[in-house]
Amino acid sequence: MGGRVLLEVEGLTKQFSGRRGFRRAGSVVRAVDDVSFVVREGETLGLVGESGSGKSTTGYCVLQLLRPTSGSVRFDGLELTRASRSAMRAVRGELQIVFQDPYSSLDPRQTVEQIVADPLEIHRVGDRTSRRRRVRELLDLVGIDPAFGNRYPHEFSGGQRQRIGIARSLALEPKLLICDEPVSALDVSIQAQILNLLNALQRELGLAYLFIAHDLAVVRVVSDRIAVMRNGKLVEEGDADAVYTRPQHGYTKALLAAVPVADPRRMRAERERRRSVRISAGAG
Amino acid sequence: MALLEVEDLRTQFFTREGRIHAVDGVSFTLEQGRVLGVVGESGCGKSVMALSILGLLPARQAAIVGGHARYAGRDLTTLARRQLEDVRGREIAMVFQDPMTSLNPTLSIGDQLMEPLRRHLGLSRQAARRRAIELLEEVEIVGAASRLDDYPHNYSGGMRQRVMIAIAVACRPKLLIADEPTTALDVTVQASVLDLLHDLQQEHDMALLLITHDMGVIAEMADDVLVMYAGQVVEQAPALELFDHPEHPYTEALLAALPQVDAAGTQKQRLAAIPGRPPSLLHPPSTCRFAPRCRHAQPDDPCLNEMPALREVRRSHFVRTFHPACERIAAAGAF
Repeated sequence: MGGRVLLEVEGLTKQFSGRRGFRRAGSVVRAVDDVSFVVREGETLGLVGESGSGKSTTGYCVLQLLRPTSGSVRFDGLELTRASRSAMRAVRGELQIVFQDPYSSLDPRQTVEQIVADPLEIHRVGDRTSRRRRVRELLDLVGIDPAFGNRYPHEFSGGQRQRIGIARSLALEPKLLICDEPVSALDVSIQAQILNLLNALQRELGLAYLFIAHDLAVVRVVSDRIAVMRNGKLVEEGDADAVYTRPQHGYTKALLAAVPVADPRRMRAERERRRSVRISAGAG
Repeated sequence: MALLEVEDLRTQFFTREGRIHAVDGVSFTLEQGRVLGVVGESGCGKSVMALSILGLLPARQAAIVGGHARYAGRDLTTLARRQLEDVRGREIAMVFQDPMTSLNPTLSIGDQLMEPLRRHLGLSRQAARRRAIELLEEVEIVGAASRLDDYPHNYSGGMRQRVMIAIAVACRPKLLIADEPTTALDVTVQASVLDLLHDLQQEHDMALLLITHDMGVIAEMADDVLVMYAGQVVEQAPALELFDHPEHPYTEALLAALPQVDAAGTQKQRLAAIPGRPPSLLHPPSTCRFAPRCRHAQPDDPCLNEMPALREVRRSHFVRTFHPACERIAAAGAF
């Protein structure tokens, strides 16, 4: 991919001080620790890691929903960590997020049309008529019949709600979508529909994605490049096929080996391999 | 006699809109020492089936309206509550998805481990404590004796699920029902918890009813597999046979829809998504329930007029469809 760099994250660090909750006062958790990567126009960077690896925190820091402790986040030439409110507001439309949970991320009291029109109204795009037209276009784009625009979220299935969430995030014609576990709440058959939709939208609209997920198989389907996080650090980054077929870091190898695949012979061989590792470790 | 024999089990939920046919005529047998994997998507009835067998359906909201679930010859669906409580935890144990909500946060790990030992086996407090330490060691908790008085919040998610498993096997049950036991865990932790379940099942010759949405977990663990769709069993076969020769269009589609972690050059490729979604179980269709999403159903087929029966297409391989793969292949060969 030789596209122009759209997002450049450098030395990103986010610390949480443990003054709240049960943690002892004064302890500091480095949730994101000196993370650097780029996302180019029209490409997908898959950011994978297990729970607590800092992948979602990284996404929130890019969006400035969390203030990074240090490091820089440049989006389309603008340094977001030092951007003024008005500059940030101008860039918000180009940098959008799709959330994991299609149930809690849509306001149950708004109709689907209102939900998708929200960003247009907040950013005062067009007039009522043109906004209405745009909403219908967006619903059509994500595979929701625009005739259902006056219905409420509870009338839709999980997969349809995620389509509605995607339509909303596309309203302001973003250049980069941050997808935070967008399919992990969905069933396999529905998950495939949404992944296909995301790939198709990228081709049609030239979108870039920062695709954050724990499921390595899901990430592979959408990503050009992969970055692997562990304990707040980036441990490996590279072309998707290279990372999957020739992982360099021990953690990436362990992660890939642990993914269950629908092949009983392989799964059983893998279990025997783990057993012999355990036995030799126990004996040694 | 099979250890567990489920026959035409029907469970319904009562809602304002009407009755939801959550489990709609499920039958299977599970022999001692075998692992039966039940796979299906959310709402297919797999968890409700497990709760029905265990007698743990929410009272007044749901009930078994037909069929039987016999454990060692005793019909669990007609046992009195007291008798059922004696069987449950002692002979039949269970592990659920979320170890955080299934453990009591106000009781120490030791207290929760000792409870079934005292309740079902009548052990003294001291004997139960000794046994609890052994159980924690059995599920590979490092420094078991010193961790006994810790509370659940001191344990990680993987360790909590190990504790749940220790509690489940405390009374050496003959049957363990595990509902999505590793779904809330990270993949690397999942692998070790599945290894533990496998080892315990083998060592104690337990029967394991393993419920999951994950075909990978099924591939790793199951001897035999039930595929459920919209409250019914649509395919049943030994595991190797099922993965080598899936017969039901739904099973085939489910396997094809899985993203492959190990297939080079698949990035940005279209996945074979299944169009549409499962039917409402409020008024389940009396025809093939998968027909509206099935790529093999034709307008003039019986699929849209009648319910296919579960039939044996090969030895021990049952399928509920008018279009099993073997017949489609035979038909294609005839031209």
